[in-house]
Amino acid sequence: MEEKIKVGMADLNVCVSPGILTTLGLGSCVGIVLYDPIKKVGGLAHIMLPDSTQIKNNSNLAKFADTGIKKLIDDMTKLGANKKRLVAKLAGGAQMFSFKSNNDLMRIGDRNVEASIKMLQTLGIRILSKDTGKNYGRTIEFYTETGELLIKTIGKEIKII
Amino acid sequence: MDNINIDTLDNIQLDVLKEIGNIGAGNATTALSQMINKKVDMGVPKVNISEFKELSDVLGGAENQVVGILLNVDGEINGMMMFILEKTSAHNLVNILMGKELNTFEDFTEIDLSALKEIGNIITGAYLSSLSSLTNLKIVSSIPYMAIDMAGAILSVPAIEFGKIGDKALLIQTEFGEGEDKVFGNFILIPDVKSYGTILKSLGITE
Repeated sequence: MEEKIKVGMADLNVCVSPGILTTLGLGSCVGIVLYDPIKKVGGLAHIMLPDSTQIKNNSNLAKFADTGIKKLIDDMTKLGANKKRLVAKLAGGAQMFSFKSNNDLMRIGDRNVEASIKMLQTLGIRILSKDTGKNYGRTIEFYTETGELLIKTIGKEIKII
Repeated sequence: MDNINIDTLDNIQLDVLKEIGNIGAGNATTALSQMINKKVDMGVPKVNISEFKELSDVLGGAENQVVGILLNVDGEINGMMMFILEKTSAHNLVNILMGKELNTFEDFTEIDLSALKEIGNIITGAYLSSLSSLTNLKIVSSIPYMAIDMAGAILSVPAIEFGKIGDKALLIQTEFGEGEDKVFGNFILIPDVKSYGTILKSLGITE
């Protein structure tokens, strides 16, 4: 069994087949997976916030959807991935606590998902599948050998997207 | 000094924050102890300054299943207060409170959930009111919100709030336990960065 490469909150990593990338306990954050199916190069970012330009302290690129995706592409290109071939999968962006208010602060999960999709569209990267929103946490594992993204949630069956 | 840099807190400031955890959690465990009519022990409070990627280590790992009760804190101090119990502990607490002999820890009933929420309300209220009288600052808290899930997912909510202002999170964390570790949990006070300054100033620690 290949050892899994752990990606923490506001963190990212890349690897080649047969590497496995994982991030545990995604809540309102979003796990963004990019993949080059020919070179079998994968990347995973665990982003916390939608937009680096709205935040003063934005030196950690992996923390934001916009800069995180760009950094993933750069790092994957260094491992031989071709930007034109990249495809994406998304998971996370839950609303963990069911606040009654509709204010933006509480919709952070949705906003993270929206920003990730928008950034991928801007860069012309096709989104193959996603498992986002709802109100539960997710642990995800990305298999660079097959391009499968495995999703574990408490009390539910394992899902592969 | 309105803004405190989390990376450069000195030992005196850390000690003061620990003491706040001590007093707040002391009152809260007293409230809990009265509610269940049993002695509740309290650990030494810790001030954890962690990188986001290590944050959930304080709760036994990102996938550890916990019950999180979250209140938004407003007024002169802003931020969040969280009360976190391991799932088994939460069941044990409900057993003690409701006089049940439940041994399967799969699902909570509606009544169990509302009892847990009420426990959260009472003991976080005790924590915050002691903080308020200690600092002489006005603190208003929201109703409690509850989630049962992986520790990492639950902590992502306050972590994102910290993410807006820095690269680290500061948690004032106090563990408590009752008898042979039957009930074991954490109080976590998560003021925003500006509020650290307000707290320290109100206690005469900073100008």
